[in-house]
Amino acid sequence: MSDTAIPAQTPFRLSMLIYDRRYRSLTFQVIVFILVMAFGWWLISNTIENLRVLGKDFNFGFLFQRAGYDIPQPPIPYTSDDTHLRAAVVGVLNTLIVTVLGCIAATVLGVIVGVARLSNNWLFARLMTIYVEAFRNVPLLLWILVVFSVFREVLPPPNAFRGENATASMIFFDNVALTNRYTAIPTLGMTNDPGSLDLGWRITISWATIAFAVALIGGWLVHRAIANWAQKTQDQTGSRPTTWWMSLAVMTVPSLLLIWYFGLHLIPPEMKGFNFVGGLNISNGLVALWLALTLYTAAFIAEIVRAGILAISKGQSEASFALGISPRRTMSLVVLPQALRVIIPPLISQYLNLMKNSSLAIAVGFMDLKGTLGGTTLNQTGRELESILLMMGIYLILSLIISAGMNYFNSRVKLKER
Amino acid sequence: MSELHAETVPFVRETMLPPAPPPTQEAGAVRWLRTNLFSGPVNSALTILGLLIVWFLVNHFWNWFAHSVWNAGSLSECRQIIIDRWGEGSTGACWAVVRERWMQFTFGFYPSGLYWRPTMAFGLLFVALAPVLFSESRKIRRIVLLTAAVLTLSAMAVLGAPTHWFIFAAVIFIGATVIAEQNPGRLLIFSLLFPFLGVWWLWGGSLWGPIMALVGPVLGWVAYRLLGRFSPILAGIGMILVPLLWWIFLAGDAARDAENLASLAIPAVASDRFGGFLLSITIGLSGIALSLPLGIVLALARRSDMFLVKTLAVMFIEFIRGVPLIALLFVASLLLNYFMPPGTNFDIILRVIIMVTVFAAAYMAEVIRGGLAALPKGQYEAADALGLDYWKAQRLIILPQALKISIPGIVSTFIGMFKDTTLVTFVGLYDPLKSMSDAVRASTDWKGIYWEPYIFVGLIFFIICFGMSRYSMYLERRLQREHR
Amino acid sequence: MKKSIFLGTVAAATLTAGMGMADTLADVKARGELNCGVNTGLVGFAAPDANGNWTGFDVDVCKAVAAAVLGDPAKVKYVPTTGQTRFTALASGEVDVLARNSTWTFSRDTDLKLDFAGVNYYDGQGFMVSKDLGVTSAKELDGATVCIQTGTTTELNLADYFKANNMTYTPVNIDSNAEGEQQYMAGACDAYTTDASGLAATRAAFADPENHIILPEIISKEPLGPAVRHGDSNWGDIVRWTLYALIAAEEYGITSKNIEELAKSSQNPEVQRLLGTTDDLGAMIGLDKEWARRAIAASGNYGEIFAANIGEQTPIGLARGLNAQWTQGGLMYAMPFR
Repeated sequence: MSDTAIPAQTPFRLSMLIYDRRYRSLTFQVIVFILVMAFGWWLISNTIENLRVLGKDFNFGFLFQRAGYDIPQPPIPYTSDDTHLRAAVVGVLNTLIVTVLGCIAATVLGVIVGVARLSNNWLFARLMTIYVEAFRNVPLLLWILVVFSVFREVLPPPNAFRGENATASMIFFDNVALTNRYTAIPTLGMTNDPGSLDLGWRITISWATIAFAVALIGGWLVHRAIANWAQKTQDQTGSRPTTWWMSLAVMTVPSLLLIWYFGLHLIPPEMKGFNFVGGLNISNGLVALWLALTLYTAAFIAEIVRAGILAISKGQSEASFALGISPRRTMSLVVLPQALRVIIPPLISQYLNLMKNSSLAIAVGFMDLKGTLGGTTLNQTGRELESILLMMGIYLILSLIISAGMNYFNSRVKLKER
Repeated sequence: MSELHAETVPFVRETMLPPAPPPTQEAGAVRWLRTNLFSGPVNSALTILGLLIVWFLVNHFWNWFAHSVWNAGSLSECRQIIIDRWGEGSTGACWAVVRERWMQFTFGFYPSGLYWRPTMAFGLLFVALAPVLFSESRKIRRIVLLTAAVLTLSAMAVLGAPTHWFIFAAVIFIGATVIAEQNPGRLLIFSLLFPFLGVWWLWGGSLWGPIMALVGPVLGWVAYRLLGRFSPILAGIGMILVPLLWWIFLAGDAARDAENLASLAIPAVASDRFGGFLLSITIGLSGIALSLPLGIVLALARRSDMFLVKTLAVMFIEFIRGVPLIALLFVASLLLNYFMPPGTNFDIILRVIIMVTVFAAAYMAEVIRGGLAALPKGQYEAADALGLDYWKAQRLIILPQALKISIPGIVSTFIGMFKDTTLVTFVGLYDPLKSMSDAVRASTDWKGIYWEPYIFVGLIFFIICFGMSRYSMYLERRLQREHR
Repeated sequence: MKKSIFLGTVAAATLTAGMGMADTLADVKARGELNCGVNTGLVGFAAPDANGNWTGFDVDVCKAVAAAVLGDPAKVKYVPTTGQTRFTALASGEVDVLARNSTWTFSRDTDLKLDFAGVNYYDGQGFMVSKDLGVTSAKELDGATVCIQTGTTTELNLADYFKANNMTYTPVNIDSNAEGEQQYMAGACDAYTTDASGLAATRAAFADPENHIILPEIISKEPLGPAVRHGDSNWGDIVRWTLYALIAAEEYGITSKNIEELAKSSQNPEVQRLLGTTDDLGAMIGLDKEWARRAIAASGNYGEIFAANIGEQTPIGLARGLNAQWTQGGLMYAMPFR
């Protein structure tokens, strides 16, 4: 940059593409791009050639053919007469159900265990360490199989509930039956059914559900408004009006009214024929998968939480104690909010791992995306190229959505550094 | 003064009191119990809960473990023994299945006369790893090398290794231990040769194959040197092109001809004989070894300021990380043949290794990227200030430090991958956990045995993974200390 | 450095790989080994023992083909395939013949581009239930929980059967036979469904076979047979006629014991043609004269293979039933060797 060393404008030579730093990176990028494109083209042309040799084509028409197989407990109406596409959608929904339930449970358990490992209770901290190490160092597939088998071997089969001298009995006032096939829980019945909203594609949603959702969201909004008003009053007058009873009322009364209006009641499952009918049977495949994924991921989350808490300097909690704040409130008001910033990025990848690991559902017969599109559909149609590419694409999209959502959350709680 | 003092102060103690024992509540076991188990109502409740959990587990499983049978030929015989010994209606574990089939769990269908070969290969692996993983302390290196030597050599003796191979392994172990005492860096030569030797020991066949594969880089270096006299561009191209051409067109024939001239062959073992832990370890190790260079390249690409290179790296890494391994394994078993030129066919283990490598490389890239990011900026600036170009700076300054920081992350990636090798069961390979257990159960003798194989395999996985994770934590602590 | 073994191995693999899928026979001969796709482990049909030696009904078909083509029944590489990977393994050329109890169906024959070389076992899907369930017919299974092994035609048959009979059921899809049995034994499903042969084999291995019954209804036709790739008719002919040679051998009373003697002394012109004593049938399919003699000698004729692997003397204990010779009232009918 010195004023004496401005080089004379040399005319462009071809060799400058390599020796001149200004052009070199461009050259390099072009070469890399060409190589990658060539590689991609090579793969595609090979695929086309192979398909030609095999006499197959590449089209997704099979998605609109009759699937012909049944899926236990589809989250949306599905019969064997539906298309492969609908089966795939059922699979995606099942994957999402396990993922969401698993993420919630794993986070709760992981935080508890992570905090418990730091507790000064010698025995409990040791037990938690054993749990964490046992789950972290053994393949997940084994845990899924073990949990599934424990359910199968320990719980009674449904016919143990039958007859005069039944060897098993239902719990929660004869409302819930734990069997080695499923957990039978009551469903909700309405004496005054308002009908359902048809969303198309044979997906319906009951008006009652919508009404409850509206009531709850509305109640929460009113509660926020009340809290704001109370805050404003406090700012102006210095004394805060008692609002808890108002909040409680707006949150619960509309729902209670709706329950009364629709005549909501529980329909307990009852033993009829081979199985419990009337209630909702949650298959053990789902529960075992969910539980195994939860326990496995929670062990990892516990480590993340522990590392996050340990990363907060001791001065923070000491300062909080000095202010007379109790240990529990120190944890929830001082340490955890700061630790959250350390915790969330690795937590995102644990959530993604959980979603990806849910593809092991294949081992317990739960029909997730891998079980439908990447399993039976692939098998029956022989369209492995299309099925697997589509399946990977869907997993990728789900991953991107989860990480985008979590990254948004992360940017919200991140320390704003100026 | 003293008189005055004596008058104004009525009593002054002139000797110290002997230290009294603390109150019983504040001493010994009671104190320990009070502070660690019953320091408050919540803690007491937790302790009682913990005790209940322990009691529940012991109560339910103790009998089963206590009634273990180690000597039986079949499940029914096992059950008979349990009933004879502990009375009608008692249940017990039948570990006899492990005793009878543990070679199968360990080596799969590898020819039993050749069990010593994988044993030797994995034993010598520790020699290859010594300069990389155990470079931190001389004491640990000594312990690792000697333990590996004793275990490997005794296992080889038990498995009936031929004398000359036994001597060969002993010589390498002794040589390595001696060299490691003086200059562990020299062992790196063995580390670099090990992948070739390991492949040869595991799969057998002619040594000329690996030798000819090794000739490739040598030729590349020669080409670089020769062409470097004319033009550095030509040299660069030659360095890449010559080995490629050699591998594609000449290496196979050369190996065949050399083999005909002077045979260096040991009995070949086909991939379909691999199974059990041998398969898991083979896939895991080759995956990690191959993914390391790929991961470094990807990590550098992702940190590069060249837009296209960076975008491609990000796309690749995020794609692989967004897809379950099981889907990639299905790609290996179902789709990879579509992507290759018609008629190409290579065996399923190699295809699985390719996909596992690709999978691990994406995770590896992220681990190394973390290492690169953790390096103080001063290091980069210092490298620039010295006038080093990009590759020299990476090779001499950045990567050695960044990789060292990344070792714990690499080890945990390896642990994850090693556990995930059990998923190969879904593409028809005999992993130790599911396929092997199912294969054992498929025999009429052991039909119906369920928990024992799972517990056994789980325990082995636990021991291996726990050991590795402890070691990586130890490394992490050491590295942290160094950087403070 | 480490990358080089990767490239080296790939290069070596590419080099040694047979090029072109059109002439399977030449490929197999050049390789000196037959790649045979089999089940990952189904007792009686194909399962490895503790030393990795494969035995079973399907395995013997592989051995016969290897003996006919390569002259040595041991020159087979068994490629274990799962329900999902089997057809791709065949289509991609990973295996030369798929002997993995696969059902011959229209769509597999046409859309999946397979060629079934024949049927080596006539099977059908059935149900097994525990005796104390009190069920005597599959029609009484309304509302039952049924365990199925995934990746087979079983799921489709089951769905069709229950729909046609206007019944409901809860499927439990299990990906391996061992897990499925475990489920059934623990009472986690009321009925276990798979091919009748599989049910018999499963029941035979129970500690209390008398407490389980196989329901009389057979709800589907499951002709199981070896398959080859579409488009190589000559290779298809070889597999087909090797299978027929085994079946014909039983019909003419040729066994692995008396085959050498019959080759010398038999006066039956059909036997003479089959064993290559007179005409040279082998030349027509690109093999030598004694191909069928070797195929039969490998593990015996069809009846011997059946008896040794799944017959009534074995733990599996299947009766011949539909799989008896046509002369005995069964469906096994070899086309004439002429």
